[in-house]
Amino acid sequence: MATPAPVQTLDLSARFPGVLNPDTRPGYSGWILDSANLLEFATALRDELGYDYLSSVTAVDYLPDGKMEVVYHLYKTTGGTGVVFKIQVPRADPIEVPSLVSIYPGAELQEREAWDLFGIKFTGHPDLRRILMWEGFAGHPMRKDWREPYFEEEAKPLKSRWPDGKIIMAESKNLYGDNIAYPGGFNPESQTFDPEKALYEALRKYQKDEIGLDTDHILVNMGPQHPSTHGVFRVAVMLDGEKIVNLKPVMGYLHRNHEKIGERNTFIMNMPYTDRLDYLSSMSNNFGYALAVEKLMNIKPTERAEYIRVMMAEMTRIANHLMAIGALLNDLGAYFTPMLYALEERELLLDIFEGVAGSRMMCNYFRFGGIARDLPEGMFQKIKDLFFERLPRKIDEIDRFLSENEIIRSRGIGQGVLTAEDAVKYSTAGPLLRASGIPYDVRRAEPYSIYDRFEFDVVVRTNGDIYDRLMVRFDEIRQSIRIVQQAVKQLPDGPVMALKPMYQVRVPPGEAYGRVEGPKGELGFYVVSNGKPTPWRYHVRAPSFINLTAFGPICIGQKVADVVAVLGSIDIVLGEVDR
Amino acid sequence: MSDMYGKGILKGLGVSLKRFVETYLDDLSWLGRRYHTAKGIAHRGSKDARGIFTVQYPEEKIPLPEEFRFIPFLVYDEGPNGEKPLRCTSCGICAKVCPPQCIWIVRSTDPATGRPIPDPAEFYIDSDICMNCGLCAEFCPFDAIKMDHDYELASFHRNIYDETRLSKSARYYASIRPVNARREDAAQAAKAASRTGRGE
Repeated sequence: MATPAPVQTLDLSARFPGVLNPDTRPGYSGWILDSANLLEFATALRDELGYDYLSSVTAVDYLPDGKMEVVYHLYKTTGGTGVVFKIQVPRADPIEVPSLVSIYPGAELQEREAWDLFGIKFTGHPDLRRILMWEGFAGHPMRKDWREPYFEEEAKPLKSRWPDGKIIMAESKNLYGDNIAYPGGFNPESQTFDPEKALYEALRKYQKDEIGLDTDHILVNMGPQHPSTHGVFRVAVMLDGEKIVNLKPVMGYLHRNHEKIGERNTFIMNMPYTDRLDYLSSMSNNFGYALAVEKLMNIKPTERAEYIRVMMAEMTRIANHLMAIGALLNDLGAYFTPMLYALEERELLLDIFEGVAGSRMMCNYFRFGGIARDLPEGMFQKIKDLFFERLPRKIDEIDRFLSENEIIRSRGIGQGVLTAEDAVKYSTAGPLLRASGIPYDVRRAEPYSIYDRFEFDVVVRTNGDIYDRLMVRFDEIRQSIRIVQQAVKQLPDGPVMALKPMYQVRVPPGEAYGRVEGPKGELGFYVVSNGKPTPWRYHVRAPSFINLTAFGPICIGQKVADVVAVLGSIDIVLGEVDR
Repeated sequence: MSDMYGKGILKGLGVSLKRFVETYLDDLSWLGRRYHTAKGIAHRGSKDARGIFTVQYPEEKIPLPEEFRFIPFLVYDEGPNGEKPLRCTSCGICAKVCPPQCIWIVRSTDPATGRPIPDPAEFYIDSDICMNCGLCAEFCPFDAIKMDHDYELASFHRNIYDETRLSKSARYYASIRPVNARREDAAQAAKAASRTGRGE
């Protein structure tokens, strides 16, 4: 939970007299401070109080109050509750807030996102460019007063649909069959602006000519259409021969402003949309969102629902890791044999999702206060059979197939190393963090749902290289099997919904940060409600996105051929990176 | 580290060889009935599956679980004289809960009084926008809109389904979702019984 415990409350205000003001708005928690004190406060938090892990940085546009707020969530990698603090600045351009990158480098991509979508200038940020939208985009789309072309209404349900529904399709209004509006007098021919200039300049900034020879580096663009980038993802690499001098991920090709959509949706409507974030592990996404909204509503799901939730979340983790292992092996050149072996087992898990939720990947299974429906007849037996008789054996088989392979070992061991210190610094999460020797797992660090009832080990490996990231995933699959086996044995009978299913839930005003240990790392949902049917703010702390902060630092100094392997070992899903 | 270079690769190839052999052994043990039979398909998706998993679509199809959901349809009850009254009352809950807002309903009004009557004049679903989430079916208080099992809908044009295209019989519904249909019918019967009980 994001609320500071009483003991910490005492400590913080005593340690920083006059700097911190408690956030007293109803339903809110944490501290508000002045932006002038931010750097000093953050340094003290990290160095004196041990809050070494910056989980999330995001902004909220309080348009009616004329304020823009930047919200920080910090945790300790040793576990426990976190601390939330906020900076409030007047909502008049330029909006400036000091950047935290010098203290928490993990803020780099997140601050760029806040700049891109909210137009908050982070002073002192080393590379403040747009990240999800393109350079030259007009406006900052997450601001409450920004409207897209063919804007219809501020919130769903749209009035045009009922009771006198009229079909008006946005694309029919436009000559090009597209929902794009062109400003008057716009002529693409006369455009001379180069949207890539800033990117290439940012890459060149790091160029060093060590021996004074008159040479130049080579710029290589991998992607956006590249089979090893796992989607439409681009990596701009600056090379010195084969060696990587600098690397910048370029993303946003799949951007649809999930958060803006989420702020126009009613609370329940967002549930199927979360499926589309990390589309390989939709159950986990459902879980995080449900936790955040349940925190706001102050309800608890029923016992049986809790158990089924945990089972589904762990199955998702297994399915995701199988996919990650398969995809990494594809990247390493073991073309599709290991992938298909992994997909076979994933297939059986997806069959379970299909039987339970109705869809293999877009599960939309969780509801506030429980789950959509109970397990259908025969499903319990199927899960039991799979987890007791087949999966453990099959995981061992894939392990035997891969982990002693000399090619994998020589391409993995000692390659793409991320040290423990850097892993924390760059706010990486999940297998990436644990392969670097930090035993940090939200399920243990701050148990949610009923994870405190299960016996499992937090998997950790110490070398932080590609091979360890692969092996961490094998170990995590085994731990997840253990959890599901325990849940199967303990599964109680009873209802699966704590309250009557409602198509419009009432959510009291306030804020909540729900975080779960998703398969790719800490998945957080920051939801602000103002008592209306739609959330005022809906932010996703996407683990794939934030893990990419470390992508450049891992790759610098490596050979260009290892970029693909490192990316595979980070395991990203573009639905979540680009949102 | 392995003592001999290449041992790990050989071990891995052993796994491949085992799978290769298993495929043929499993084929043989089924005496040709492993393919194109319901039992064979079920076997290939079960915990006992060995060897090759592939289901030869479209000759073979994986049986759909009851909860499988695709583009919604409207349920009508068949009357004794061939009438097809829709269960829909055009209350608009589906249109209000639909996340991508792909449902359009025109409510009918009584021509004499001008007041709305519980029957849709027009009902559209933009099936290209529908995200198959199933919320409309989940929250419909009249069991009037349900998720379909028909997933072979590839086409070359924009698909906007109207009332005619959407209407399907209650019998069809019971055939694709027998457990749900039985539960809902029982609930309806109980409700009707308690209503008449109170009336007496």
